[in-house]
This record gives sequence, C-alpha cells and structure tokens, in this order.
Amino acid sequence: MNWARKNLFASWPETVVTLLILWLIWKTVPPFIDWAFLDAVWRPDQKACRAGEGACWGFIAEKHRFILFGTYPYELHWRPLAATAILIGLWVFSAFRANWKWWLSLVWVFGLAVIGILMWGGVFGMRYVENERWGGLILTLLLTTFGLAFAFPLSILLALGRRSDMPVIRGLCVGYIELIRGVPLISLLFMASVMLPLFLPSGVTIDKLLRAQIAMILFAAAYLAEVIRGGLQAIPKGQYDAAHALALPFWRRTCLIILPQALRIAVPALVNNFIAFFKDTSLVLIIGLFDLLSTVKISLNEPAWTGFGVEAYVFASLLYFVFCAAMSRYSKGFEHQR
Amino acid sequence: MIEMIKVSKWFGLFQALKEVDLSVARGEKVVVCGPSGSGKSTLIRLVNRLEEHQSGRVIVDGVELTDDPKKIDLVRREVGMVFQSFNLFPHLTVLENLTLAPVWVQQVPKKEAAETAMHFLARVRIPEQADKYPSQLSGGQQQRVAIARALCMKPKLMLFDEPTSALDPEMIKEVLDVMVELAREGMTMMVVTHEMGFAKTVADRVVFMDGGRVVEAAPPAEFFSAPRTDRAKLFLSQVLGH
Amino acid sequence: MANLEERRIASGLGFLGREAGFEIGESAFLRYSAADSYLRALLVGITNTLAVAVIGVVIATGLGTAIGLFRLSRNFLLKTLSAGYIEFIRNVPLLVQLFFWYAVITEGMPGSREALSPLPGVFLSNRGIFFPTFSSTPEMQGFNFVGGAVLTPEFAALLIGLATYTAAFIAEIVRAGILAVDRGQGEAAHALGLSRPQTTRLVILPQALRVIIPPMTSQYLNLTKNSSLAVAIGYPDLVSIANTTMNQTGQAIEGIAIIMGVYLTISLSISAFMNWYNARIVFK
Repeated sequence: MNWARKNLFASWPETVVTLLILWLIWKTVPPFIDWAFLDAVWRPDQKACRAGEGACWGFIAEKHRFILFGTYPYELHWRPLAATAILIGLWVFSAFRANWKWWLSLVWVFGLAVIGILMWGGVFGMRYVENERWGGLILTLLLTTFGLAFAFPLSILLALGRRSDMPVIRGLCVGYIELIRGVPLISLLFMASVMLPLFLPSGVTIDKLLRAQIAMILFAAAYLAEVIRGGLQAIPKGQYDAAHALALPFWRRTCLIILPQALRIAVPALVNNFIAFFKDTSLVLIIGLFDLLSTVKISLNEPAWTGFGVEAYVFASLLYFVFCAAMSRYSKGFEHQR
Repeated sequence: MIEMIKVSKWFGLFQALKEVDLSVARGEKVVVCGPSGSGKSTLIRLVNRLEEHQSGRVIVDGVELTDDPKKIDLVRREVGMVFQSFNLFPHLTVLENLTLAPVWVQQVPKKEAAETAMHFLARVRIPEQADKYPSQLSGGQQQRVAIARALCMKPKLMLFDEPTSALDPEMIKEVLDVMVELAREGMTMMVVTHEMGFAKTVADRVVFMDGGRVVEAAPPAEFFSAPRTDRAKLFLSQVLGH
Repeated sequence: MANLEERRIASGLGFLGREAGFEIGESAFLRYSAADSYLRALLVGITNTLAVAVIGVVIATGLGTAIGLFRLSRNFLLKTLSAGYIEFIRNVPLLVQLFFWYAVITEGMPGSREALSPLPGVFLSNRGIFFPTFSSTPEMQGFNFVGGAVLTPEFAALLIGLATYTAAFIAEIVRAGILAVDRGQGEAAHALGLSRPQTTRLVILPQALRVIIPPMTSQYLNLTKNSSLAVAIGYPDLVSIANTTMNQTGQAIEGIAIIMGVYLTISLSISAFMNWYNARIVFK
C-alpha cells in the first residue's frame, strides 16, 4: 500500500494521471486481447479468417515458410535453416569477451564457408541453388554480417584518415563521410542498383545482391567511422604521448596501443550502430531484393490472403524485435561490465 | 528547533546511522564532525529530507518529517542549506539565483525579491557581482552567493554540509567569516565541517560522530581540551596535528 | 563510357524542361498537372518532402519530450509504459512500422460510409483523414467526401510512422540530457523549496538543453532522410518522383545526383545551424 502511495498516488496530478492511464488500459487492453487471442483464427483457413472478427494468425501459419526462406526450393529448406542457425551461432559466440582471441577470425572464415556451401550447394551431392532464390531471414542476416564485416576495416581507415595531418587524405575522408551521412540510404541503394552497371564494360553484369551489398558496406563504413572517431578522441592524450615517446612507427602505434583502446571505448556505440544497420537492411525491399520484410510484403500479394497486413507486420515487428532487443540487452550489459 | 529521536538510516544493507539522538535548540549552533563515512553528511541531509530515515523520528520546528509532501515542503521553506559543491545554477546570474526561489515558492514580487537579494549580497560582501554568472566567480565568492541564496528565503535554520571542503585554502577564511557573522546574529545553525577553528569560535556544542553513532557531544571548550572517548582523542590528534 | 553512350543517356539537365506526363498523387503546396515540366514535378517532390519532414519534426519533438519526461517520472505506470514504448519502437525497423500504419489505415479503418467521427467535421476512413479548413467542411457525397482538407493514407501513415519512431529516439535523448545535469542542482532547488515541476522547468531543463540540442538536431536530420522511405508506401516525395522521372527519361545519374544534392543541402544546413548554436551558447 505504501508502495502504491509513493509510486502511483504521490500527489494530486499524479493521482489523476494514474487513474487516466488505468482507464485507458481498461478501454484498450480487453478489446486487444479479444482481437489478438480470443477471437483469433489460428488455423491456416482463409475462409475462417475472413469470417472471423479477430486476428488471422492462420496467415502466419500458412506463409511462415515463405516468409523465413523466400523462394528457396521448398524441399531444401533445411539448408537455409541450418545456415541461419550457424550464422546466429557465430554472432552469439563472438559476443563473449572470452572468445576475443586471434582464432576468432578463423572460426568466422570456417563458419562462413560452411554457410556458403549450404546455401549454394553444388557440392557433396547438394543441389545448386542460385543466389537469386535466396530470401527471408538468411538474406537479412547475410546482408548485415557481410555489410558489417567489410565496412568495419574500411571505417577504421576512414576514422584514422580523418585525423590525418595530410590535407588530401583528411579532405577525402571528411568528404566521403559527410556525403554518405548526409544522404538517405535509399539513394545509395539506387545509386548502386542503377549506376554501377553503367560503369562496367558491356556484357559484364554485377549480381543484384552484390550491388546492394556494396551500397550497404559503403553506407555502414561512414557511420562506423564516426563512432570510431569518437573512440579515438576519448582516449586520454597521455596515451598518444606515451606511444610517441616509445618511438613506435605509425601502424605499430595505432594497432597495438591506440585502436584497442578506442574500440573498447566505442563498443556500446558500435553495437547501437549494428542494431541500426540490421534494421536498415529492410530497405533492400525497395530495390527488389527478398529480405525478411520483403517476403512478408510479398506473401500478402496472394489474392486469398490480401487484407491481413496488420497481422503480417505485427509478426514482422516481433521477429525484428527479438533480434534487436537481444543485441540491445547485450550492449547495455557490456556497459555495466566495464 | 530540531529533534532527532533514535534515527536510523540504511543504504541498502549498509546502516549509515544507528539510532542517533540529537537536538538543536533555537539559536543554538551545533558543529558535527567526525571521520569520513561517519554519517555526518547523511544526518544533516535528513533535516530537509534530502535523505529519508527508515526508523526513528525527525521533527523540525514542530513539524514531523514523513512521506507527506506537504510537510516536507513546509520544512524546506524554513530551512536553508549550503552545500559542499555550492550547487549554484550556472545558467542564471547571481541575482537570478537569489531571486528564483522567493519569487516562485514564496510568491514574493520580483522587485521586492531583488531588493532582498541585494541586501544579502551586501551582507556576504559581494554586491558588485550581482549580474555575473557563477562560472565567473571564484570558489569562495560562489559559496558566499550560495549562503546569500539560502538566506533570501529568510529561513529559521541554516544547514551547512562541509561548506569549505571544496575551497582552496586562501578562500576558506572569507566564507568562515560570513558564517561567524551569521552565527553572531543569532541564526540557528547545524554545521558539518572539519574547520575546528570555527567550532571553537562559534559552536555551542560539538557533536562527534563515528560509524553512524554519536560518540561524544560537548561544548567546544570541553571537547577540544578534554575529549572523553578514545575515538574522539584519535580524531582530534589527526585533525589538529597538521 | 561506351555503356553510357549505348543507352543514349544524354548527360545534362536539359530534360528538366520537358513535359513530365505523369500525375502526382498529392502536393502539399504547389499546383501541378501532367503537362508541367519535370522540374516542376521535382519541386513538388521537394515541397512534399519538406512538408512531411517539418510537421514530423514538430510532432516528434513534442511527443518525444513528453515521453522522455514520463520515463523519468515517479509514477510507476507512466515510467513503465513509456519505457516499453521506447524499447519496442526503437527495435523495429522504420519501414516495418510504416507498412504497419499504412495497413492499419487502409485495412483497419472503415469505409467512407461508416467513417469514424471523433470530432464534428473530422472523419477517419480508409481513404484518409478528412478535416475542415477555414473555408469548407467535408461532407459525404456519393461514395466519398467533398470539401475540407484531407490527409491521404500515404501521408498519414508516413507522418505517424516517422513521428512515433523519431519520438522514441528523442525521448532517450531528453532523458539522457536531464540525467546529465548534476544531481546537486536538483538538491539545491529542492532545499530552496521548489516543487518537482518547478525544479524541472526552471533549473534542470535549461541546463539539459545544452546536452540535448546536438543529438536532437541529428534526429531531425534522420527524420528528414527517413522520409525518403515514402517511395515504399506511395507518398510522392522527392525520391519517389525522382524515381519516376529516372524511369521515364533514363537519366539515372542526374536523378540520383539531384536527390543527393537536395538532401546534402538540407543536412549541411542543419549542421551549420548546429555549429552556430554551439558557438553561441558557450557556457558563460
């Protein structure tokens, strides 16, 4: 009772607010529970869905394979499923500080090779599946993973370049970062999608997925560069002085002393950027790639199932939320650990 | 003026105050001292409810402090506090710092509040700084402004939480001088400090705390020349030694 | 380069004078018809973008500040609900949320005949939100509303999605800014007898603003850039119209350059403003 007095009814305005919120909850939660659970249709029966009052989760039951795996051959779904599990496993494995050793990159190379074999096939008796047919969750995860993997070293170079004493290098880095950060991602995706083929000799085509991946890499590099720059600035100046005093050459100095500290400081901001990047992969829908959001949208196109957009996007929200919230938890835990 | 009866306070599992009894009469000046961690800051912050006590009773000018926000408000209007880190409002000028509370809490008209403010600024001997910002003043000046700010509310009782601990040595005197003057004018004061000179000059009583308890309480003459407990003796030898 | 010539992409902005030949769904300020030039079409796109960005920024700021303050409140319900809002919204991609709001409006709202009317003259239907202006009021005529002004489902979905999304980030910025103010300031204010609302308004917020403004302007920029997602739900913003133009004329390079140029101008302006503000408000 005392708790209630302090936390809910501490003063007259607060009491009014509490009562108002309780009234709002009373008005919205029971109808929502009716819609989402009690009146909902869970079987993949679209007639029952249309006849019913509640949510049509049967839509998800019917379409979940397409949503998760895209147009990958139906009978081979175990392959993208395994690939997804391995990729998630790699990320989780890398999240533990104990595993931040030199052999981690080898683990990744090996893991990605296995994923590549699973997805493309063509060896070990597995049927070849061209990457135009990849889609759904694995595509979102692959775009994120490769995007970050290649953007990261690039962003370190950009961050160092931005602090360089050589005006040309500094100018180029600043120009690149400000340009990329000043324009929407969609314009970069358009640029890659439309312009890249124009600059190639006729007859040579770049895979659409690759074009999108390049755009995402260039995009991420600029944002990560700013985060790393923050980390570089946050290192006490004494560290730079000490490193100079030891007469270490630039790259030695940077790789052994400066970068490890800068990156450690920057981890929370880096993870926040990773989360944002993961969410940004949903934009490839606009240039016609079949990421997770795209498959959700396309599954609504079937005439029998149009009109259940609300259910579809609630489902999509929950999927993304699970991943992003997990990463966000991790980031907060990291901050406390320090 | 202040009555503390068997007051205990915990921070989580750590007990900061153990059944402390203390009373301060109107017009009395009480100095609270002791080693760090003894609970003296916590004790003084109970008086205007910046900290809450879990057991025992705290009564200020007849009003008992409980969770009741109205009572807390009442007490805070009558009690002025000066902090170790001054806590002046950096985005306001000195004059605005002083008139803020009277205007918004006591509904004093602006003009009158400004006059009162200038009066107290003169009392603390820096009337010319009225339109400056706190960051432009020295530490000693800032603390004197803080004292004036508290005085503008015309409190019945003034609390000082280590008012000179954050000052450079050459500025301690100017602040202590103001406090001595205040004391001589009859203000009821409760002061947490290491400045034993001040205690000798002005205090009616010295309260020595250690480990969350009041270990010894006596008039300064008695306390400084003939401390009764060993802990008090140890403390005095450390503080007065240098 | 051979490629470029092959596709006969005449480099240059000459195409801007040609007749556009396509309709635009809605225009916030400028009048437009298919007979107007591409340049005019693009200008419509720019004004449409600015319209949704400016209104979005205003709503997001208000909503975000309120939620940020709620998050710091003593009231358990207020605190928890706002924290839940922030957590959820920030962890779902904006595009998903835009599609969601669009689906809510086009599927969840009733048809024109059964439109909801929360206030006299205001109608909510799956064709949009109709509200009265100073000169006319919406009225049912046949199958649709005539008169008054309308927020199309596209505009409404974009605006609601952008505002609620950005508000969640602004809420965290406001909260961080207020927490960054030294605890002693609040204590001093309370010791002087100021109430909690007074303390927040007179002492905490002015100091918090210093910490809040830089990331806040960054969020404004994000909202403006995010408005480019309009192309996915059919609102004719700059990217959307430029895309149509590029498809029709084949002038891909110019089109993308225009898009980037406009956004760069906006973002550099906002950066410049921020630098000016920072220089002016140096802690006195």
